[in-house]
Amino acid sequence: MAWYVDRVARVLVFAGGISAIVFIVGIFVFITKEGLDFVLGPLSLGEFFTSIAWRPTSNNPTYGALALIVGTASVTGFAMLLSVPLSLGAALFIAEFATGRTRETLKVLVEMLAAIPSVVWGFIGMSIMNPLIIRTFDVPVGLNVLNAGLILGLMAAPIMTTIAEDALKAVPDTYREAAEALGATRWEVIVKVVIPASRNGLLAAVLLGVGRGFGETMAVLMASGHAINLPTSPFDSVRALTATIAAELGDTVKGGAHWGSLFTLGILLFVVTFVINLTADIVVRGIRKK
Amino acid sequence: MVDTAARTTAANGVPGPVYDEPPIIEVRGLSIAYGGKPALQGVNLDIYRHEIFGIIGPANSGKTSFLRALNRMDAFTTGMKVGGAIRINGKDVSDWRNEYALRSRIGVVFPLPVGLPLTVYDNVAFSPRLRGIRKKAQLDEVVERCLTRAALWDEVKDRLDSLGSLLSGGQQQRLTIARALSQEPELLLLDEFSIAVDPVTTMRIEDVLKELRSELTIVLVTNLVQQARRLADRTAFFLMGELVEIGATEDLFEGKVKDKRTTGYIEGRFG
Repeated sequence: MAWYVDRVARVLVFAGGISAIVFIVGIFVFITKEGLDFVLGPLSLGEFFTSIAWRPTSNNPTYGALALIVGTASVTGFAMLLSVPLSLGAALFIAEFATGRTRETLKVLVEMLAAIPSVVWGFIGMSIMNPLIIRTFDVPVGLNVLNAGLILGLMAAPIMTTIAEDALKAVPDTYREAAEALGATRWEVIVKVVIPASRNGLLAAVLLGVGRGFGETMAVLMASGHAINLPTSPFDSVRALTATIAAELGDTVKGGAHWGSLFTLGILLFVVTFVINLTADIVVRGIRKK
Repeated sequence: MVDTAARTTAANGVPGPVYDEPPIIEVRGLSIAYGGKPALQGVNLDIYRHEIFGIIGPANSGKTSFLRALNRMDAFTTGMKVGGAIRINGKDVSDWRNEYALRSRIGVVFPLPVGLPLTVYDNVAFSPRLRGIRKKAQLDEVVERCLTRAALWDEVKDRLDSLGSLLSGGQQQRLTIARALSQEPELLLLDEFSIAVDPVTTMRIEDVLKELRSELTIVLVTNLVQQARRLADRTAFFLMGELVEIGATEDLFEGKVKDKRTTGYIEGRFG
């Protein structure tokens, strides 16, 4: 009987483990297949990466994705500017200074923050941040890089905080005690011992935050203004890669050039997020080996 | 105290304990509790300059708690409460507003060697750098001197840039001793330093400690009764949170004890 259970369990666990690989390969194959006709046909790489003219529905369609790429990059970059210091600070406080109740409460709250649906964040961007930005900075439109960046930064911060906190907690307490016994202050211990020792984990946290920002769709669609534009200031509206796919896919002819072009954006996103996650993973592995 | 002075001071020209000056550490009515549960109660003792003061006793007798109280390590043990008075050089440790300055004058060696995740060189240079020493030549000098005094220099002088954690257990423990010495402490606290160290290295470290006695005061908590016999000028016996007795080490080992339990522990009848 035990032997039988062992067999079944083994098969089930194997199926579970292998399914992750099956899904990721399946998704990649699907996206590539749908985009392939377009990539091999109408796509001009030069136009795709250098032109800002994204006019897939025009009589004479052009497929310049530069504005979309810059849109995503600027929003993500702005988000990281906000969320990296915020989440590293939060992680340091939770891991190194907070104790007992405070610590537990903060951890639960941060995890709850991570679970807020992105459409809710988008709603906050539209209904609270938008008028706030218009009033504060006296600009005509409040749906822009600043708005989407702030929203995305707040969205990415909880996951980054959680992972960074794990990395800090993985530093053995004996290091802290030894350094304090040498007369180092709490801050010196953090700067000279704890952060260097958890460097890789902190880097992985940042990279996962970047990946999160890159892939986020709904909140960015709602808060960025969704206008094709090369931004020159944080108050310019932009359009993101993800938002473009979400907004346009419903209006396309399946198998047509527009359809294929959106899948090409998907391939680009997939490759970028895959590389970011892979880098994060390699970095994290680096810690474990030590 | 006075009768022991005659016997242990300056037997062979090596400066020994100074019993006719005020003690470096005075402990009065010390009690330690964790979350309301007492770990040590009613301890009174004096430790004199240039003395190796041994503390023996079975597990959970309060030895480590005593050490932790000396340099205010209670600050990072949640629930640890210290009562009574500990005076170092006449000043109560709880009167130090800046406990980091207090700790920087006390070297600590933990049971398991804790190599900070730094190179051998940086481990030893850590404390001098905290004190603001930046000049390379000066740091080089401190690192070499401390490693030499800890009997480790010859083994690591060619690999100062490799991680401290790559050294063997015994070398790491000597590295932590070198690191403690780099603080130029007047007080060195050792907590069962030989637990993870082979016997040969243990003997080498013991020789180092005997030499260091001429420069500083050593409090040696040990789980090895014979180690206290080899090293300590005077020895205190802790049992279940109580200081049973203090005596000149020779007296205790020759059976001149005030309490039968001491002999029982020393002779290995329990522990």
